[in-house]
Amino acid sequence: MGNSVGLMDRFRKILGLRKTQGILLAVLSLLVILLPLVANNYIEEVATNTLFYIVLALGLNIVVGYAGLVDLGYAAFFAVGAYTTGIFMKFGLNFWLTIPIAILFSVIAGIIIGGPTLRLRSDYLAIVTLGFGEITRITARNLKITGGASGLVGIQRPSIFGHILNQITDFYYLFLVLVVLAIIIAIRLHNSRLGRAWQYIREDEDAAEAMGIDPVKTKLYAYMIGASFGGIAGAFFAVKMTAISPETFAFTQSALILLAVILGGMGKIPGAILGAAFLVLFPEIFRGIGQMRMLLFGILLVIIMIFRPQGLWPERKG
Amino acid sequence: MSILEVKKLTLRFGGLTAVSNLSFELEENTIMSLIGPNGAGKTSAFNCLTGFYKGSEGEILFKGQSIFRQKPYRITKLGMARTFQNLRLFKDMTVLENVMSGMHSRTSAGIFGAILRPPSQLREEKKIKQVSKECLDFVGILDKESRLARNLAYGDQRRVEWARALATQPQLLLLDEPAAGLNQDEKDQLVSLIRRIRKDLGITVLLIEHDMGLVMKVSEKIVVIDYGQKIAEGTAEEVKNNPRVIEAYLGKEDEE
Ligand SMILES: Nc1ncnc2c1ncn2[C@@H]1O[C@H](COP(=O)(O)OP(=O)(O)O)[C@@H](O)[C@H]1O
Ligand SMILES: [Mg+2]
Repeated sequence: MGNSVGLMDRFRKILGLRKTQGILLAVLSLLVILLPLVANNYIEEVATNTLFYIVLALGLNIVVGYAGLVDLGYAAFFAVGAYTTGIFMKFGLNFWLTIPIAILFSVIAGIIIGGPTLRLRSDYLAIVTLGFGEITRITARNLKITGGASGLVGIQRPSIFGHILNQITDFYYLFLVLVVLAIIIAIRLHNSRLGRAWQYIREDEDAAEAMGIDPVKTKLYAYMIGASFGGIAGAFFAVKMTAISPETFAFTQSALILLAVILGGMGKIPGAILGAAFLVLFPEIFRGIGQMRMLLFGILLVIIMIFRPQGLWPERKG
Repeated sequence: MSILEVKKLTLRFGGLTAVSNLSFELEENTIMSLIGPNGAGKTSAFNCLTGFYKGSEGEILFKGQSIFRQKPYRITKLGMARTFQNLRLFKDMTVLENVMSGMHSRTSAGIFGAILRPPSQLREEKKIKQVSKECLDFVGILDKESRLARNLAYGDQRRVEWARALATQPQLLLLDEPAAGLNQDEKDQLVSLIRRIRKDLGITVLLIEHDMGLVMKVSEKIVVIDYGQKIAEGTAEEVKNNPRVIEAYLGKEDEE
């Protein structure tokens, strides 16, 4: 127990939280861990979905927030991961073994999109990534191996230690583990030589290059890491849904993830978490008011962006 | 031995020739200045040396190796560091983090180092901090290491730039108007710092500077350019009495 308190304390310091906020974080963690014991299926479903978007937002945050790059086609990486796992499982491969392949393929996709385009100005990058997202979706729609417009169905549920993961609670905990891993990796990247290099480039690319930093290579790393977050999330998405279709990976999906990052505050881990949670939970909470909720949602987003352009999560003062 | 050889360097921007047929050599372990009126092409020449501008013609040898039209980060890795005429700090990062950027070219931890944190990565991080602190101490602002760069006084921001360039562990240091905006006291400290950089660290220094008093005080050799062309070269004494230099400066005085 003492050890776990120490761990929480370290976590608190890394996140730059005060003592009271640390306690809040501990209570929140406990609630998150115990949620399935008290929640019904619907709440668990929504919570699992939230966790899933948190992983995606943390991944995109590395590209957009850490490295300061535009990416309007992030759903493409998520699609590559989901389809890779789906297809290889159809060929009989065990789910867990498809994960490294899904990572590999999404990283390759990241290199394909990033390699030639990272020399471009950011407005061009926006257009290219947007195009790449659409190309990925349309390709999935037209290939036989991806199941065409109807997509892949009947993807097997994975098992762990002989226990088949087919309850929503199983996936809730699975995604919770993913979120924790994603947070740890995001923090470690942020506090590393590579993380600093991203920040130097974001602040002043010329000065960074004068310090011996290769901007193209450094940015490409951000794309590759962001892509592997997307790929892993996609792989787990495929087995949770057991069916995937091209429309899941439309532009609105990319836009939603980007919105989560911007809304929470670019480059900030708690911000990405908050942003993703907000975007998933808001429409669910206001389900009662029907179509009006999307209007309200839109207005609220505009208001937030006007009054807090830096995002919801507060800036850390140095 | 020459650490730097510039041969017939020409840089054109469309119709404008910013650097024209410029040649000079820089001996190892000396302090040399490149001077000339405003707009003479000094910064442009620096940018060609450091890879920020791609020269149109000519050749640049650094330690006998061609660096003509090379990428800036490669040139830094080879051992040439620079500062900018207009401060280019990472303003929202701390002073220490700014200087740590210099060590990037001397270290190697990548994605897996960052995520898995093996002992080698932890050692490297320690080394980066230690060298950076030494550089801050060398320029005299170690006590300000945890301040944000943007909150420092102007003179101290200049020092962060010098420390950052030193942290790349260069053999040749290029300073673009380091005295601009400094008061007399700070300028005197700069003179002694430049001397210590050469003497204690064994780094060759190439300087662009407007303050003639400072240039005359520290330089062993001076190259004067006007309209991108070299008009004189020699010791402070020789250059001071050169009629072409006097003309170039007198004719332009009102522009300064
Ligand atoms: N990127 C650029 N594009 C076009 N002209 C430039 C550029 N950089 C410098 N120049 C021009 O080159 C000439 C030399 O400028 P510069 O090298 O900054 O002079 P100095 O540093 O000696 O004051 C000036 O006429 C300037 O306007
Ligand atoms: Mg200049």
